[in-house]
Amino acid sequence: MNDQFSTPLRAVGSDDEFRTKVGLAEMLRGGVIMDVTTADQAKTAQEAGAVAVMALERVPSDIRRDGGVARMSPVDKVREIQATVSIPVMAKARIGHFVEGEILQALEVDFIDESEVLTPADHAHHIDKSRFKVPFVCGATNLGEALRRIAEGAAMLRTKGEAGTGDVTEAVRHLRLIRSQIRAVTQASPDELMSIAKELAAPYSLVCQIAKDGRLPVPNFAAGGIATPADAALVMRLGAEAVFVGSGIFKSEEPLRTATAIVHATAHFDDAVQLAEASSGLPKAMQGLDSSKLPEDERLQVRGW
Amino acid sequence: MPSVRPAVLALQGSVEPHLRALSEAGAEPIELRRPDQLDDITHLVIPGGESTTLSHLLDLHSLARTITDRVMAGDLALLGTCAGAILMGRDDDEAPRRWNLIDIGVHRNGYGRQVHSFIGDIEWISGPRSGASEGVFIRAPRLDRPAAEVEILATRAQEPVAVRQGRCVACTFHPELTTDTQVHRWFLEL
Repeated sequence: MNDQFSTPLRAVGSDDEFRTKVGLAEMLRGGVIMDVTTADQAKTAQEAGAVAVMALERVPSDIRRDGGVARMSPVDKVREIQATVSIPVMAKARIGHFVEGEILQALEVDFIDESEVLTPADHAHHIDKSRFKVPFVCGATNLGEALRRIAEGAAMLRTKGEAGTGDVTEAVRHLRLIRSQIRAVTQASPDELMSIAKELAAPYSLVCQIAKDGRLPVPNFAAGGIATPADAALVMRLGAEAVFVGSGIFKSEEPLRTATAIVHATAHFDDAVQLAEASSGLPKAMQGLDSSKLPEDERLQVRGW
Repeated sequence: MPSVRPAVLALQGSVEPHLRALSEAGAEPIELRRPDQLDDITHLVIPGGESTTLSHLLDLHSLARTITDRVMAGDLALLGTCAGAILMGRDDDEAPRRWNLIDIGVHRNGYGRQVHSFIGDIEWISGPRSGASEGVFIRAPRLDRPAAEVEILATRAQEPVAVRQGRCVACTFHPELTTDTQVHRWFLEL
């Protein structure tokens, strides 16, 4: 067998419901999931080649600017978006707000993002995602957080880059950290795995699985601060399996062109000639905020644990 | 299989599971993203993913045209799963535009949204294997009104779920998401 492609199949041995959840995450790989607040934006996203849209009340940069409590997208908006596009429709629920999750499931959204971008509903508990039929994606800044979310039933992970800043540095940090933590687990001897599980505050069984497979048991996507085609390609090169783009598209001067260029760049992330082509003739990207200058109480990634 | 040079279209979708299945079947697949890579390829897999996204990315560099020309010329075999099957079907004026390589209607999201995705038995009639096997259906399309020259390979509840016309094979489910590599092994022999 060809070693290059000997990566194990994910979710083998799990129950059928979890396999179909991870199956949809596999189908989204290499794609761009775009934040939208209206049916018109969803249509633009689909036209640009998005693999899915994420319905939310306000894009992250507006949440940062206007403050207040950020909640699940209004139900009527979700329905309008579902009626407008044929690609999967995702929606965000507040951390720990299992009732928002149940409402979104009743609407038959295709994926629910339990998201730190919205105001958390519960500061101690995340949603028990295993009892839902709709798959969940959750943010993770490190391997321990990633494994806790998987243990709760998440079928996809994403970085918790600082949403709404247009600054990719935090997403990069999370990708690199998880990658190096996975490497450390695969190099540990079997008798070290329990203390690693203790340090990570993660289930021992999942740590053992990482040691065996050398990768996460569900796909890990990049999110937070991705604003340009080059940003999208950078996170893909660092091992992200797909890309979420929020404010970067509909806060740019020409959303359709920006969106199309990011889709192009994500598909051809390993080809600098294509990336130059995708990046040419683009309008100005969003202004952005330096995420290292954010005051502690404005950092979204510290929400959830 | 020295003369077999398979590739998986690697623009978007479940590329890696197909690469794994083809490798397990003894081949050395490449990831294909550009038309010039197609020159010496004999077997191409169009994976599951989003068909509108794939269609968009395939048009960007006239890759769709290059693929269909090679298939028409008879020197490229195609296996399409889910989104791939959608693209290979009959052009019935539904988006995205179909390639007319298999004369059968393919309707997107035929079972509904993700909550209706499922894993269930399929019955093989001919082709890769016989008997029942596990079919993974993710926001799967549904097939209807096959022309006479379309061979039905497998069904679920009397409905076709895997079909073949010439060297083109379409599955509405995901053989690459199971550990059974018989579909890939059989495809490499086509």
